[in-house]
This record gives sequence, C-alpha cells and structure tokens, in this order.
Amino acid sequence: MKRLAELRESLVIALWFMFLTFPILVIQVNTIEKTILWRWQNMLYVGLGSFALSFVWRYFLGKVGTGGRLRTEGEEDPKTRFLRLSGDPRVRRGAIAAAVLVALAFPLLSSTYQVNIMTTALMYVVLGLGLNIVVGQAGLLHLGYVAFYAVGAYTYALLYQHFGIGFWTALPLGALMATLFGILLGFPILRLRGDYLAIVTLGFGEITRLVLENWSEFSSGPSGISGIPRPGFFGLELNIQEATIYLYFLMIGFTLFTVFVTNRLQDSRIGRAWLALREDEVACQAMGVDKTMAKMTAFALGSTWAGMMGVVFAAKTTFVNPASFTFLESAMILSIVVLGGMGSTLGIILASFLLILLPEYLRAFSDYRMLLFGTIMVVMMIFRPQGIITNIRRTYEYHFEGKGNGAADKQA
Amino acid sequence: METILETKNLTMNFGGIKALDRVDMDVRRGEICALIGPNGAGKTTFFNCITGIYPPSEGDVFIAPTEGKRRRINGLPVHKVTARGLARTFQNIRLFPDMTVLENVMVGRHCRTKAGVLGAIFRDRPTREEEKAVVTRSLAILERIGLADMVNTLARNLPYGDQRRLEIARALATDPFLLLLDEPAAGMNPRETDALEELILKIKDEENISILMIEHDMRMVMSISNRIVVLDYGKKIAEGTPAEIWENPVVIKAYLGEEFETGD
Amino acid sequence: MDYFLELFVGGLTRGSIYALIALGYTMVYGIIELINFAHGEIYMIGAFTALIVATVLAMSGFDGISVLVLATLVAVLYSACHGFTVEKIAYKPLRGASRLSPLISAIGMSIFLQNYVMLAQTSDFLPFPNLLPEVPFLEPYAHIMGSTEFIIVATTAGIMVLLTLLIQFTKIGKAMRATAQDRNMAMLVGVNVNRVISTTFIIGSALAALGGVLIASHIGRINFYIGFIAGIKAFTAAVLGGIGSIPGAVLGSLILGWTESFATGYVSSDYEDVFAFALLVLILILRPSGLLGRSTTQKV
Repeated sequence: MKRLAELRESLVIALWFMFLTFPILVIQVNTIEKTILWRWQNMLYVGLGSFALSFVWRYFLGKVGTGGRLRTEGEEDPKTRFLRLSGDPRVRRGAIAAAVLVALAFPLLSSTYQVNIMTTALMYVVLGLGLNIVVGQAGLLHLGYVAFYAVGAYTYALLYQHFGIGFWTALPLGALMATLFGILLGFPILRLRGDYLAIVTLGFGEITRLVLENWSEFSSGPSGISGIPRPGFFGLELNIQEATIYLYFLMIGFTLFTVFVTNRLQDSRIGRAWLALREDEVACQAMGVDKTMAKMTAFALGSTWAGMMGVVFAAKTTFVNPASFTFLESAMILSIVVLGGMGSTLGIILASFLLILLPEYLRAFSDYRMLLFGTIMVVMMIFRPQGIITNIRRTYEYHFEGKGNGAADKQA
Repeated sequence: METILETKNLTMNFGGIKALDRVDMDVRRGEICALIGPNGAGKTTFFNCITGIYPPSEGDVFIAPTEGKRRRINGLPVHKVTARGLARTFQNIRLFPDMTVLENVMVGRHCRTKAGVLGAIFRDRPTREEEKAVVTRSLAILERIGLADMVNTLARNLPYGDQRRLEIARALATDPFLLLLDEPAAGMNPRETDALEELILKIKDEENISILMIEHDMRMVMSISNRIVVLDYGKKIAEGTPAEIWENPVVIKAYLGEEFETGD
Repeated sequence: MDYFLELFVGGLTRGSIYALIALGYTMVYGIIELINFAHGEIYMIGAFTALIVATVLAMSGFDGISVLVLATLVAVLYSACHGFTVEKIAYKPLRGASRLSPLISAIGMSIFLQNYVMLAQTSDFLPFPNLLPEVPFLEPYAHIMGSTEFIIVATTAGIMVLLTLLIQFTKIGKAMRATAQDRNMAMLVGVNVNRVISTTFIIGSALAALGGVLIASHIGRINFYIGFIAGIKAFTAAVLGGIGSIPGAVLGSLILGWTESFATGYVSSDYEDVFAFALLVLILILRPSGLLGRSTTQKV
C-alpha cells in the first residue's frame, strides 16, 4: 500500500517538474534572431529523471530526517567510522608519509598544466583553512572573504607597478595590508548578529570589487594590472615550467605552515575562547572572555591568510583584475569549509580537491560545472551537513598517570 | 563586616515594565547573602544588571574587592566585571555542551591568563607554563568540587546535578571575590541539595569567597544564609537575618498573599 | 528643475521595482529568518518566462494587451511555482538547522537557477519587447515621466494596497503575522505553518515576477544574471527599511531608488552599484534593525 502511495507521489512529482520546466527547458527563444526552438524531448527527460530521482531523494531524506546540524553531537556517526582515519598512530604516520611522497613526486609524474592546477587546489586549501578560523572556529558568518584576497593581490600588483617590489617583499606587506583591512572592517561590524554580519561582509566584498573596477586611476580598472613577476629563486631566471614547479613546492610549504598554525591556534587559550564563544556567547563573556577581542582576532587572522594567498595568486597568474574577485569566489571558499566539515583539515583538503580538480579533469562538462556546484551545495546541506569528513573534535584529554595531552590532533 | 558589593537606587526599565525599582542593597565580606522573592520579582534581572549584561536604567553598582578600594562598575562590559572578581552561574544552565568538564573550567581561567596569538603559534616557555598552570588549577578546582573523575566527559553528558556543580566550578576558576549563584539548587533532590549546601559553605570558609545567591529552596536558604534580602515586583521589601525574615509579615504577604500565622 | 523631476521619477520607478522584489525577501525573512538568496533568480525567471510567452504569442500573430496580460499571468504563475518548489526542496528540510545550513543551501540554489536558465536559454542579453501600453495623458510630460514609468509606479502602489489589505484583514494574513511572531505558538493554536510558509513564498515570488515583467519592459533587455544584482539591491532595501517589516521594505526601496537616481544623476554614474552596497553597510553598522524594524532584546 505504501508502495502505491509512493508511486503516486513520484508520478505527481514528475508531472509537476515537467510542468514547471516547460517554458524554460522546452521553448528556447532568441529574440535577436527572432527564432523559437521547441525541444520536446527535454520534457521527457525531466519527467523520467524526476520520477527516478524522487525515489532516491525520498530514501535518503528518510535516513536523515530534518536537521542540517553542522556538528555531530558527540555521538560518533557509524557511517563515518570508515572515513575516520584509524586512531592507530602508526597507520596515520604511514598515510601521511605516503601523502608527502606523492606530493613531492607529483611534478615529476605530471605535466606543467596539472601541476598548475594542483597549485590552485592547494591555494584553496589554505584559503579554506584561513576562512575556517573565522567561520569554523569563531563561528562568524563571513561572506566577503574575497575582499581580503583582492587586497593581498592588488597590494603586490600596485607595489610592483609603482615601486618594482618583488614577491618576497610583497608577501608580508600584502598580508599586513589585508590584516589592517580586516581590523578596520571588523571594528564596526563584529557586534552584529549572525545574518547581519553575513550581509555586511557580502556588501564589503562587493564594494571592494566595484571600487577596484571603477577607480581606474588607482587600480587600472577592469583591465587590471599585468606583468607581475613570479617568485624569484635566489635571483635566477626560471622558465615557465620551472617557475610552475617552484610555485607548487612553495604552496606545499604554505599549506603545511597553515595547517601547523591553525592546529596550534585551535589548541590554545584563544582556541578555547573561540570554542566557548561559539557554544554560548553570553556564558563565555560571563566567564571573562572578551568576545569582541576574540571575534576581532579571528577575523583579522582570517584576513591575513587571504592576503597572503592574494599575493601568491598575483604571482601565479602574473595578472590581476577585479573579475577574479567576485562574490562567487567567497561562496566557493565558504563551500569548501562547510562541505569539508567545518574545521576538519582533511575535509577541507578533500573538498578543495573535489571542487577544483574535478571540474578541471571533467573538462567536457565544464559548462555544467557551476550547475553542479550549486546542486552539490544544496544536496550536501540537506543530506550531509556535517561535511565530507566529520570534524569530531579531539577534546583535551587529561590522563591521570603521567603526561597526557591528547589535544594535538584535530583530524576526524 | 565591610561591604563588598553595594547597589544604590538600582533601577531597570524594559519598555514600560519596571523590573527593578530603586533597589538599595549590599553584600558583606565573608557572608552568604540570599536574594529571595516570588517569581518575576526581578532577582535574575538584578544579577544581570550587576554583572553588566543589562546596563541599569538608573542607579549605581559599587564593588570593593579589597578593603578601601571601592569602584563603580555599572556600564562595564560583562567580561570586565568578571575580571574584577564577580562570577556567576545561570538560572538555566549555560555550560559549553560540547566541551569537556575540564575544558569548561579551563575557559574560566581565561581572564586570569594572557597568552595570545603569538604564544599560541610558537608555544614558547611562558605560554607552555601558563597552559600547565591552567590545567593544574582547573583540576584542583574540580577535585574540591568532586567532579575530578568526570574530567574528560562532555558537559552535555553529565547528570543534571553534576552540571550545576560544574557551573560553580567554572565560575570559581575566574578567581572571584564574590560568587553569584542563580538558583543553584533548582531541580535537585534533598540529598543533592545537602551536598550543595556543604559545597557552598566550604567555598565560603575555605576559599574566602562571599556568596550572593538567588534561591527558592527555603530550607536551604534558612539553613546557610547569614542575611536575606527580599524582592517583590522589583522593589526591596525586606532585609535581615533568616529569623527576622521568617517572621516578617510583609514577606509572608508577598509569598502567600494574605495574613498568615506562621507555624513552625 | 526638469532634470530634478526626471531623476525623482527615475528614483521612484527604481524604488517601485525594488519594492516588489524586496517584499519577497522581507516576508520570507520575517517568517523563517532566512535570507532567500535565490529570490533574485525567481525575479529573473519571471522575466524570462514572460519573454518566452510573449515571443511565442507574437510569432502566432497575437499582439497588444492580450500579450501583456497572458505573458504576465503565466510569468507570475511560473515564478510562484518556482518559489514554492525551491522552498520545498532546499529550505523545508533545513528548518531546524543552524543559521549557516539554509544560507548555504540558498546560495547553492541561486547558483543553480542562474546556470539552469543560462544553459537552457542563452548567456546573451536578449531584447525584451515593451509590452506595456501607452498612457496618452502623460504625453506632455513624457520627458519627465514616461508611460512605462507611470505604469510601474501605479502598479506597485496598487499592489501595496492589496497586500496590506491581505495581511491585515484576511485569515491567511493573520496566520502569516502570527507565524512570523512565534512559529511554535502559531502551530499550537492550529495554524498550518507549512501552508503559511508556502503561501509567503508564493506571494513573494509572484510579486517578484511582476517586477520582472515591468522592469524588463522598461529597460528592454534581460539575461540570466539580472537576478543577482537586483536581488542584492532589493535585499539592501529590505534591510534598510527593517527586515521583516512590510512597510519598511517599501520605504527602504524608495530611499534606495532615490539615492541611486540622484547619486548617479548628480555625482557619478560609474559607482552606481557602490551606492547601494555602501548604503547597506552603513545602515547595518549604524542601525541594524533598519528604519522601521524592531530591535529585539535577548532574554538571559
């Protein structure tokens, strides 16, 4: 009996979608050339597809129930046990050693193009980890991360354009500029409530892009600034291949550095304060945590990382223009953080690879890349809001016999 | 006995409602002072005003953590009030649910420590020593409270009575001179209440911390408080020793609504 | 003086369009505290649907008012259906969740819908015919206020009146107000909260579609991306007026419309979009609850 009801429901759903998508999918108008194309077959596809999908959807929705809970509630989800790296330190060390070997050997086994893509993926890992400080650790909704990315990139571009400054000098300067911007922006907005904070950061991101686009005397407008030098290797001239590989190894270094720093931050006095802030803002204040300072620290630190990566971005593409710094970028980095599991380093790495590498390797579907991206965002939130890898936080475990500090590792 | 907390003319308006109406009261060093009154009398609002969650509409709050140094604290942000030595628990438990018992208490040490971002990243010796001290001190507090064997349990998984005690432990970690307890015995059975009484007395005697507590459990209030202040509709209607309050007709009327011969 | 009036009317027109879209944002936020990022796309879909219907009708020999009416009706219907569907798929399952989940889902839906239309139709700008009739008595003032502008403003004003009547005097309006104030309590007194939420989405989407048809007729062209920018601006207007407040959405929209119009007219037209965002940031910093919004105190 239930089957019949389900069948009927799926039929209704299929008919509904056939109706809903009829104008846009079936009728293609071109008012420039004054033509109409009728694609009746699309209606069939929609009908069959939605009929089948409704079963799948219903099945998984039943398993999940309502929720959208981003963090597991202490209980270990049995499904994630297989995704959870073995607690055995030997296995973990082995896995890390293998990963390091692969990372080092990678450039020898692949083309320059692929190395370049991997470098991009690593950049997004670092961006994700940086944003995670703000969103995952301190719990602030930040939709304007791209603004600080842009600040870093344009700092390098402009410093080079006006003063001929090279990569290694520009790196700390770009990071510093981004941090300053973060502090300046943070002051007035960090007292805002969740949603409002999100919107204000979104607004700031867009303002940054628009100013860069329109203030041509300052930023060279939409055409951007080109000819930005790549990072120098002790003054030697590198050809494109060598430079790409060099940048790849630099990014590996940056990534390791970022992972190190973010882990250290999480297991510290400030990390505890952020966690308390996220758990209960009122109680944490009552326990003496200056919430404004804590939020500002997170915000500024996140901006620092974005600024650093901005400089790297400028050096990598040798060219910056405002079109690279849209809201979509912020959304993508946020997705990497959320999809990856809100703070799980491994999750962020996986999510970044998935989001960056997959579209590159599936070039055939590149038109559908954004469509897929949007779909993944929706689907993940409904069915697996805690992300690919659940970040089961390794709490500070105290062992009574002798030393015990289990707080070193934050992987799931 | 000297005064360590004093409110003068403390008034709190919410829109048209006067939650607190010109309350003058004080707490003296080394005492357990109870704040009682019918529901809605403004007791928790009083706590919120003193600790800075709501800035008072009118009036002042003074504290004197050490002899002779009196300062006004109304208008200070909450975390600064805590740093000055006022710690509190909440009527509805507000622990950090996904942090362990130990971690909850460690947060309490935040305002007494100072490691920053650089310390976190480099873990230099001062930072490491500070962290060690935080752990040691937190464990010590938990041991005195009696929660030492639950150290790694998530706060959300504790039984109710232990959660209340953990809140107290966390507040103690901030090194207060005055501890504000908001209905610490709520929901406890008699055995747990007895243990709580012992704990509060121990805190007063051994840690030299004064206590101001909101409580409905009259048996406990009468048993351990040195003085009682009674609020009703935001006004202070009586103040005195437990014996005085027990006989006070104004208090009886506030609670029971009519003249009533007190039995015993 | 004429220039001033021209800018005034221009601002009024913009404001009206923003109002039609902003209402959807504000009503949805008032009821489920979600920033419906995909709302701008609903507006865009309304415009596209109208274009498709109008083109098909024109090719089949229809013209005049009948095209306007049919195109508008179908666009409104389809946008309402899209809004309803989006809510059921992407928001309803996340109703108990943290703030971040539905927000991400909404952003994902926005991206999905943009690309859906782009792939199904085209990424080019498509010319949109002016479906609105000429208003003869405006002729001597045509340089200040054209027919399309007049129709836009008049329609919006009429819609405001109807919406206010609906919210204040009908049963469903009362249910909407109750759900916006306290969802659980509304459920307990027997309000079908799911239906109220769906209705809110339907009404908001219908209004957005109307806005889409009107502005597309006025501007003369559309593409798959117009939803994003219009959406952000309308959202700015809603926040400016006090998100959750219906009169606030209208007030905020008018202020935004006039600000943009006068700023681009007297200061500079390059920074047009910046004005909207700057206004947004300023309002949120200075008065987050907006002009007509209520600031809520939290019980500790």
